[in-house]
Amino acid sequence: MDRIPILKFGNALLVTIQVDMHDRLATALEEDLTSKIVEHNAKGVLIDISALEIVDSFIGRMLDNIAAVSRILDADTVVVGMRPAVAITLVELGLSLTGVKTALNVERGMELIKARLRTSDTDEEDDVEE
Amino acid sequence: MKSERLDIRSSDDVVRVRQLTRTLAIEAGLSLVDQTKIITAASELARNTLDYGGGGVLLAELVEALGRRGVRLTFEDHGPGISDVEAALKDGFTSGKGMGLGLGGARRLSNEFSIQSKPGEGTKVAIARWK
Ligand SMILES: Nc1ncnc2c1ncn2[C@@H]1O[C@H](COP(=O)(O)OP(=O)(O)OP(=O)(O)O)[C@@H](O)[C@H]1O
Ligand SMILES: [Mg+2]
Repeated sequence: MDRIPILKFGNALLVTIQVDMHDRLATALEEDLTSKIVEHNAKGVLIDISALEIVDSFIGRMLDNIAAVSRILDADTVVVGMRPAVAITLVELGLSLTGVKTALNVERGMELIKARLRTSDTDEEDDVEE
Repeated sequence: MKSERLDIRSSDDVVRVRQLTRTLAIEAGLSLVDQTKIITAASELARNTLDYGGGGVLLAELVEALGRRGVRLTFEDHGPGISDVEAALKDGFTSGKGMGLGLGGARRLSNEFSIQSKPGEGTKVAIARWK
């Protein structure tokens, strides 16, 4: 069975969804990500969906699940690159993706994750200016 | 005009439904947002046909009326049917582990929506999106 590659990117993981995902692939991705978060002690998960032409309730649920599991494992999930037409459609579909952070692109998404890491470091450090 | 039938028996067929819908939506001249809406609705209905209807068939048509083009999709299965259609259409209603968004969402994403279902006989859902 083919799988979606997961790349390590600093202390974050990067997944680029390039194909029109069938259901088994989506389920495999959830499982793979969970074990990689633990294996690499990742603090963030970036999911690039810029290639996805639609997000339906199945994919939406997958994104929500990934975010929920990541949170338990102390990692942030950021969905990046959602197409405007997809965002409009999601609202009408009724999918709010409340548990998922979003960013315009991978760079911005990475900044979000780093920003959270910095704030969680403030407990130990006195100086947090940026 | 043009019409095509597609069996829905596996999750790969759900992917095929999306592809066929996209092809017709482009041919009908739908805008990118409208293409996205009808493909998303098609994906929801195809998955319902597969998961709850035990599989079925899609009739996908390129249609024209009053000088406007559009796409009409009719999903039909001979599964268990839906006993309370009104309830099933409500957001949040699911008999499975879904979010209960598919039917209501497909209705919102379409210009036309109709559903016929009889317990023990099956379910037929038709949607259309016009340019
Ligand atoms: N073709 C069908 N045959 C039998 N029952 C159906 C069919 N389509 C929908 N239903 C019933 O209607 C309910 C609501 O469907 P809907 O698509 O709105 O939500 P869902 O599939 O449960 O969740 P989601 O689509 O959000 O993943 C389903 O849970 C199921 O009980
Ligand atoms: Mg559904």
